[in-house]
Amino acid sequence: MNQTTPTTLAELHIGAQAKIAGFTLAVEIQQRLMELGLTKGATCTLVRVAPMGDPIEVQVRGYHLSLRKSEAQGILIAPLAPASL
Amino acid sequence: MEKGVPFPERIKIMLPPDPVPAGSESFTDSQTPQHAEGAPVVEAQAPVALAREEVARVSPPSPPTPNSPGMRRIAVTGNPNCGKSTLFNALTGLRQKVGNYPGVTVEKKEGSFFGSHGEPIQLLDLPGCYSLHARSPDEAVARDVLLGRQADTPRPDAVLAVLDATNLERNLYLLSQLLDLGLPVFLGLNMVDLAEEKGLAIDPLLLSDRLGIPVIPMVASKGVGLIALKQALSQATLPLPKKRPPFPAVLETEAHQLAQALPNHGAQLAEALLLLGMPPRQLAEMETLSPEFLQALDDARQRIQAAGLDPVSAAVDARYEWIGEIVTASVHRVGEPGLSISDRLDAVLTHRIWGWMAFLGAMTLMFFSIFTIAKLPADWITAGQQILGDYLQSVMAEGDFRSLIVDGVLAGVAGVLVFLPQILILTFFLGLLEDSGYMARAAFLMDRLMSKVGLHGKSFIPMLSSFACAIPGIMATRTIEQRKDRLVTILVAPLMSCSARLPVYTLLIAVLLPEVALWIKALIMLSMYVLGIVAAFLMAWLFKKTLLRSETPVLLMEMPPYRKPSLSGILMRMQERAAVFLKRAGTVILALSVLLWALSTYPKPENSNATGSERIAHSVAGHLGKALEPVIAPLGFDWKIGIGLIGSFAAREVFVSTMGIVYSVENSGGEPPVAALSQTMRSEKRGDGTPVYTPLTGTSLMVFYVLAMQCLSTLAIVRRETNSLRWPAFQFLYMTGLAYGAALLVFQGGRLLGWH
Repeated sequence: MNQTTPTTLAELHIGAQAKIAGFTLAVEIQQRLMELGLTKGATCTLVRVAPMGDPIEVQVRGYHLSLRKSEAQGILIAPLAPASL
Repeated sequence: MEKGVPFPERIKIMLPPDPVPAGSESFTDSQTPQHAEGAPVVEAQAPVALAREEVARVSPPSPPTPNSPGMRRIAVTGNPNCGKSTLFNALTGLRQKVGNYPGVTVEKKEGSFFGSHGEPIQLLDLPGCYSLHARSPDEAVARDVLLGRQADTPRPDAVLAVLDATNLERNLYLLSQLLDLGLPVFLGLNMVDLAEEKGLAIDPLLLSDRLGIPVIPMVASKGVGLIALKQALSQATLPLPKKRPPFPAVLETEAHQLAQALPNHGAQLAEALLLLGMPPRQLAEMETLSPEFLQALDDARQRIQAAGLDPVSAAVDARYEWIGEIVTASVHRVGEPGLSISDRLDAVLTHRIWGWMAFLGAMTLMFFSIFTIAKLPADWITAGQQILGDYLQSVMAEGDFRSLIVDGVLAGVAGVLVFLPQILILTFFLGLLEDSGYMARAAFLMDRLMSKVGLHGKSFIPMLSSFACAIPGIMATRTIEQRKDRLVTILVAPLMSCSARLPVYTLLIAVLLPEVALWIKALIMLSMYVLGIVAAFLMAWLFKKTLLRSETPVLLMEMPPYRKPSLSGILMRMQERAAVFLKRAGTVILALSVLLWALSTYPKPENSNATGSERIAHSVAGHLGKALEPVIAPLGFDWKIGIGLIGSFAAREVFVSTMGIVYSVENSGGEPPVAALSQTMRSEKRGDGTPVYTPLTGTSLMVFYVLAMQCLSTLAIVRRETNSLRWPAFQFLYMTGLAYGAALLVFQGGRLLGWH
């Protein structure tokens, strides 16, 4: 399972998908992110990056959410298992 | 009722799960359980879908509820962008009242509608929220009302949860929390038409069955489903939810145990769950909890942790797991989603080149409209003031009373009304931007810039709006979640050069540089605007580092799909804003205008043939101007400018007319022509024969006008929006101080460099 080093949501390429694997954020922010649907295991797609390079826009649970890279760096991701595609 | 049902929808109503209270036996007469499979899901346009063990009924014959003696009160709640306000407006029409929750500047919207039996039902539109774990004052109010902890608001009898059908999964999260409240919950499944377009087939019956609550599919913007909803809310007994999300056993046990230690007001379980999941830092801020309870809470959390769960995230995970199952069962994709219209629009509107162009275009259009369209009615108001003033002059006997009416009251009323067109037009545009979903894109584009001074992308629009007028700008700060960030934005917004400064800049540039090319004048004008922007950003940065120290707010912003704005909703908001402005700010402005009139009228000179300039020199204002001279002399201003500054306190553009009176350039009561006035002002000499209005004085004066807080209306609205006198007082002092300092720097620095 743990052979691949998990990268963060901030490193995802535009159009790429990943699964949320964990958080390294303050607990308040983590809770709100989870409440907004970014729970562990949820599939997330990077939709676009703002013209000035920040914030980013992700798609999760059928809607779009924007957040800054500073938060995205604290969201750990794992590649999607081929089976779940 | 059965025959010739007047409603387009056949309606079925859920029976209460609890024993029916005495007095309502008549509702239990048809106990034939009807299974959902037998009932067609899509009948008429908007069926009410119900849980399985239900009885089909047509609207119960008898009115109000046995369990609440007064009017039934229903709280409308939902995520932002779910169409909650549209539904609220559709139900209540104009029967609504907008106020404030005490102590916070969260808007309180109440209304009423008539239920199926003609009984009035009260509706409370709660602020949009994503979760009962509140993260903003708005969300805290929504939570407190639902828990029955909001001081002035009794706990509602039921909850109407509005959900966006196109975004069901995340919307269901809040709903799952509402099920814990111990209140009847109704689900208004809004925008089912858009969900269908998106290729989502939602089975409302199945959804209702899985959630254990009535589900009413609707399209609030088109009025579809309203009747079914009204009927559901008019039932004699409102059913309590039959289900709750299944939590891990340890969490469930601990929550129930903890709930017993909480005061019994019906929502203990919800409260216990919230407290168990509350991040420690927030918990430390709860002052109302007893040390014993906190100990019990801590023990409970440790037991949860010992069972291998994280108290903060366990409930969230459990809720989403449950939601996932429900959505899988009741929502089906029909056809491929493909690239939505929103995605295509966003490819342009957030593009690194086209995005900026579109943004600039939208903003230019907005300002162009404000300056051109708002100018018309503003001119009518001024013209009307003059006609009415002339008429009063002719019919009333000369004297102080006439002067009070014409120069005090009438001028004050006109001074208030003249802001209305701008406020209305700006509210209209902001409504369009907000409702269409573009506002989130503007914040997305601007966030990087705003975060550099420690603000949120959402602070950008209020600051931009302040170029037209700080009042609607300050009103627009309500979308900013964190209190400190909102305050910082309010404090710096008036530094943006508003349209009232325009006549002052025009006059001063005409006085200073009568013969330079137009483009140089434009450049000077532009530099004044730039000065305001730079000052606003610097001060915002400074406040965020000192007085209102807080971290740059986290940006977690939903990017709603683009939608067609509802005109009626925007018109309603315009009406609300106008009412708020006229009621709260208007009265203050009017009173102070009369005061200012008195200051510049009394005492009167003995010589009754005195000219306007002699009279004003003899008045309190004149004396104040002279008293002010030593203070403003270092800036290069004389006492006549001092009078102008005092007059400008009501509103900046008054400077032009005050200067007209001071220099006796009067034009049958109206605005003095700028050309004549600037000529007189240019020839004005100091005691030593040097001209008063040198380029240096003029620059110093203009800089003063850019930075000073000289607008009663703004202060009145800041007083209202911050709910305190402290902030407007502070704002007045810091801006005036800043203006004084900057003007001093310009004048003294310029003199040192040998300019004049």
